[in-house]
Amino acid sequence: MLELRQVAKIVEGQTHIAPTSLSLESGSLNVLLGPSLSGKTSLLRLMAGLDKPTSGTVWENGKDVTGLSVRKRNIAMVYQQFVNYPAMTVFENIASPLRLAKTPAAEIDRKVRSAAELLRLTPYLDRTPLTLSGGQQQRTALARALVKGAGLVLLDEPLANLDYKLREELREELPKIFAESGSILVYATTEPTEALLLGGNTATLHEGHVTQFGPTVDVFRRPNTLTTAQAFSDPPLNTIAAHKSGASFDLDGGLSLAAPKTLADGPYVLGVRPHHLSLSAQNKSAQPLTAKVAITEITGSESFVHFPFGGTDWVMLTPGVHEFEPGDKVSLYIDAARVMVFSPDGQALGA
Amino acid sequence: MAAIKLDHIRHAYGPNPVSRDDYALKGVDHTFEDGSAYALLGPSGCGKTSLLNIISGLVRPSEGQLYFDAHDVTDLSTRERNIAQVFQFPVVYDTMTVAENLAFPLRNRRIAPAEIKTRVAEVLEMIGLTAMANKKARGLNADQKQKISLGRGLVRADVGAILFDEPLTVIDPHMKWVLRSQLKQLHRQFGHTMIYVTHDQTEALTFADKVMVMFDGEIVQIGDATQLFNEPAHTFVGYFIGSPGMNVLPVKVDGRRALIGQQAIALPSGVTIPAGKSIELGIRPEHLTLGRAGLPITVDRVEDVGRRRIVRARLEGLELAIAAPEDADIPADPHVAIDAGRIGVFADSWRLESRS
Amino acid sequence: MKPWNNRAWFLVLPMLLLVAFSAVIPLMTVVNYSVQDTFGDNKFFWAGVEWFRKTLHSERFVSALIRNLIFSGIILAVEVPLGVLIALRMPKKGIGVPICLVLMSLPLLIPFNVVGTIWQVFGRNDIGLLGGTLKSLGFDYNYVSNPVHAWVTLIVMDVWHWTSLVVLLCYAGLASIPDAYYQAAQIDGASGWARFRYIQLPKLSRVLTIAVLLRFMDSFMIYTEPFVVTGGGPGNATTFLSIDLVKMATREFNLGGAAAMSLIYFLIILLVSWVFYTVMTRHED
Repeated sequence: MLELRQVAKIVEGQTHIAPTSLSLESGSLNVLLGPSLSGKTSLLRLMAGLDKPTSGTVWENGKDVTGLSVRKRNIAMVYQQFVNYPAMTVFENIASPLRLAKTPAAEIDRKVRSAAELLRLTPYLDRTPLTLSGGQQQRTALARALVKGAGLVLLDEPLANLDYKLREELREELPKIFAESGSILVYATTEPTEALLLGGNTATLHEGHVTQFGPTVDVFRRPNTLTTAQAFSDPPLNTIAAHKSGASFDLDGGLSLAAPKTLADGPYVLGVRPHHLSLSAQNKSAQPLTAKVAITEITGSESFVHFPFGGTDWVMLTPGVHEFEPGDKVSLYIDAARVMVFSPDGQALGA
Repeated sequence: MAAIKLDHIRHAYGPNPVSRDDYALKGVDHTFEDGSAYALLGPSGCGKTSLLNIISGLVRPSEGQLYFDAHDVTDLSTRERNIAQVFQFPVVYDTMTVAENLAFPLRNRRIAPAEIKTRVAEVLEMIGLTAMANKKARGLNADQKQKISLGRGLVRADVGAILFDEPLTVIDPHMKWVLRSQLKQLHRQFGHTMIYVTHDQTEALTFADKVMVMFDGEIVQIGDATQLFNEPAHTFVGYFIGSPGMNVLPVKVDGRRALIGQQAIALPSGVTIPAGKSIELGIRPEHLTLGRAGLPITVDRVEDVGRRRIVRARLEGLELAIAAPEDADIPADPHVAIDAGRIGVFADSWRLESRS
Repeated sequence: MKPWNNRAWFLVLPMLLLVAFSAVIPLMTVVNYSVQDTFGDNKFFWAGVEWFRKTLHSERFVSALIRNLIFSGIILAVEVPLGVLIALRMPKKGIGVPICLVLMSLPLLIPFNVVGTIWQVFGRNDIGLLGGTLKSLGFDYNYVSNPVHAWVTLIVMDVWHWTSLVVLLCYAGLASIPDAYYQAAQIDGASGWARFRYIQLPKLSRVLTIAVLLRFMDSFMIYTEPFVVTGGGPGNATTFLSIDLVKMATREFNLGGAAAMSLIYFLIILLVSWVFYTVMTRHED
C-alpha cells in the first residue's frame, strides 16, 4: 500500500502540488486524470521519490519512505517517450533490472521469456529497439517494468505516442498483465475516455489539486465538483447558469427544468453530459429545447451536434447519422433526471 | 485553390526499388476535388505522411505525376506550389510576435504592406488571437502555437491547399474539440481544399467530407463516415474504424447459411459467395443487441465506459464485442440478436457487394 | 532509519583541496604581492594600492591593453561569422559528415606552441612555403620587421587554429533544429536569408553565446603564439598583456607591478565576459 499524507510540492513559490492525501491499495489500478500541467507528472515523481515533497510524508507498506532515494525503493516507471537502451537487444533490455539485482541466469531467462510472451515480443527478442515499431518499443519498456516485479509501477501517459488503434489494444492488455503481479499501478493520462476504459480508481487533477478520488465510474457519474465533472468529460461538459425559484430552474437560454424541492432558491450552475441530450424524448422527465446548429460532426455511428446555448458552446452526442446544416433549427431534449446541479462556487449538490 | 490530381504515384525511399515491398507508396491514383476536406487515415507506416509530403513537395515521388488543376507540378518546389502545411508539433518563429509570424509568408512573397496588414488582422480574428497580436510567440502554449501555424496557412489568399500532418497530437482533449470544430467551420466559410493526415478515426471522420483509409502503402477505401462505418470495403477498414472495431467472424458456408460452430446465421440475400475463398462475416458491436433473444453467448466481462457499456462475449468460442446502453442489464442467460440488414460478408478480407 | 546524511560531502573534499592548491592559493599569493613592495633580500613593505595606480597610469599597460582589445575584436569579428558560415555549409548526412568533422577537429588537436612553430616556419620568406610563395609573387612579406605583417600572421594563425571550435559548436546547434522548421520555412516561402535569420540564428543563440565567450577569453589571454612567432615584436607591435606580464615578472623581476597587472587583467576578462553574457542572453525569458 502506498500512502501520501498531506504531501505538497512548492517550487519557487509556485504550488506544483497542493497538500494531497491519497492511499493506493496493493494490486490496484489508479488513474491520474487531468490536462497537461495539472500536476500528474509532479505527483508521479513524488510517489517515486524522484522529488522530495516540500511538506508531508510518503508511506509504503507502513514505512516512511519520504526522501528515501528512488534507487533504494522498488519502483518501475514507463514514460511517454519510448525509453530503452538502444545498443542492447530487446532481451537484454528486458533483463536489465534483473541483471542489476544479480538474479541467477536461468531465472532471468525464464522471467524475460514469460514477460516477452505476455507482451507479444517473443519474435523480436534478438533485435535492438530502434529497429522496432513504436508499439513494440513501448512494449519493451513495459516488459522491463513488468519483470522488475516492482511494488509500484508508474506509467506517465505511456500510450500517448502510439496510434489510436494500437492504444486501444495495449490499453486493454495493460491492466490484465499487471493485475497478476500484485503491484500498485498508477497511470497518468489526459484523456477521460482512456480513464473509463482502464477502470480501477481515478484521481482527477486540476492545477495541482486532486479534486476527487474514487472508483473510476463513480467519479465519472457523481463528480463532487464542477471542475471534476469538466475534467472528466469527453466531449466537453455542457454547462449553463440557472436560477431556482419554486419548483423549477430558469436557464439562461430561456428554458425551465424541474428542480429538486430540497434546494434553496437562488443561483446554480447546471451540467449536462453531451449524451444526455437527444433528438427524441428519453423519458417523462425530458425537456424540449430548440437549438440553432453551429456545426455537425459525424463518426459514422454517432453524431456530434454543436450549438450555442445560453452564451456558451454546447454539444450533443447522439447515436446514428444526423447531418444538420449550420443554422438549422433542431428540437432536442434534455434528460432532466440526469442533469448535474452545482452551487455557483462549483460544489456538486445531489440532484 | 486547386484540384489536386495524383497520377499513378509510387514512392520508394531506398534506391532502385524492385519488388512491391520496396515501395512505401504502392500506387496512388486519385483526384482531390477543389474545395473539399479530405482525411488520410491509417496506422503509422501506412504511407499517409509520405503522400502528404509528396503533395506539398517536400518529397519528390519516385514515379508518377502530380497535377494542380491542369499544371504538372511534379518538379516544382514547395514554394512554387503555394501550399500550406501544419505539422504535428507547432512550428512558430520564436523571435517574432504573433502578428509577425502571420505576416511572414506574405512578406516573403513581397505582398504590399497595406494588404499584409489587413490579411493579418483578418486571420487574427479567424483564429481568435487578436488580443495577443503583439506578444512574442515563444511564450504561448501548445494550442495557441498550433493556431499560429494554421494561421500562416490561412493568411495567403491564393493558397492551393492546406495540408495537416496530425495537427492535434500535442493538444489536450478539451482543446481538441474546440480546434477541430473551428477548423471545420473555417473550411465551410472559406472553402480551402484541405487534406488532413491522422491515425485518429474520430478526427478523420468528423473533419473530412471524404476519408481515405490507407494500409500498407495503398488506399483501401474512400468514403464518407457513414459509408466507412456501414460498408467497410475490407476487414481492415472494419477493424480500424469504430471503437471497438467490427467483429470479424470466420464462417463455413452451407447454402444460404453461415455456420459458426453449432450456430447458423442466414446470409444476406443478393450476395453471391465465391468458391474457394475464406469467408468472414463482419458485424459492428453497435448492430448487436444483448438480450434474451438470438444466439446464446457467454459473457467474459462488461466494460463500463461511462456513456455506454461494452460487453466482451463469446459466441461458439469466438470473441464478440457488443455495445449496450449506459443502464443496460446483463441477463442471466445472455443471447445476442444480430441486425440482419447490417451483416457484411467478406471473401479473402474484401467485402462482397450485394446486388439488390 | 535515518533517510538523509551528509557523508556524501566528503566525496567532494579531494576536488576542493585540488582547487584550493591550484587556484585559490596561487591567487592569494598574487594578491599578496600586489599590495607589497620589495627590494630583494626577502623583505616586504606594505604598498597599498600603489601598484594598481601605477599600472593603470602606465602607458605600457594601456597600449598593451588596447592591442589586446583590438586583437580580440578582430578575432571575434572573423571567427564567429566564418564559423557559422562553415557550419551552415557542412553536409547534414552521408559520408561527408565524419570527414568534415575529422578535418575540423584536426587544428584543435595541435598543441599551441606547435601551431606557433608551424606558422613561424610556414611564414618565413626564405624557407617557408607561404612566405616564399608570397615573395615570389612580388609581395614584400616579412612578419619579423613589418608590424602589419606580424599582426596579419597572428590573426590568420588564430583563425586557422580556432575557427573549427566555433564550427563544431554551431554544427551541433544546427543539428538540433527539427526538420519541421525547415519544411515550414519552405512552405512559407522563406528565402535562405530569412531561414537563417528567423530559424537558425535564434536556435543558435545559446551556442553562439558560448562560442563568443570562449573565443573572447582565449584570444584575450593569447600568449604562446606571439611568444613563439614574433616574440612580441617588431618593437612592441605584438606585445600583448600576457607577454608584457611575463616580461615584467621574470625579466624585470617587478613582482608587485606584475601581480597588480595580472589582477587587473583578470578583472577585465571577467568584466567583459559578463557584459557579453548579459547582452547576449537578455532576450531570453
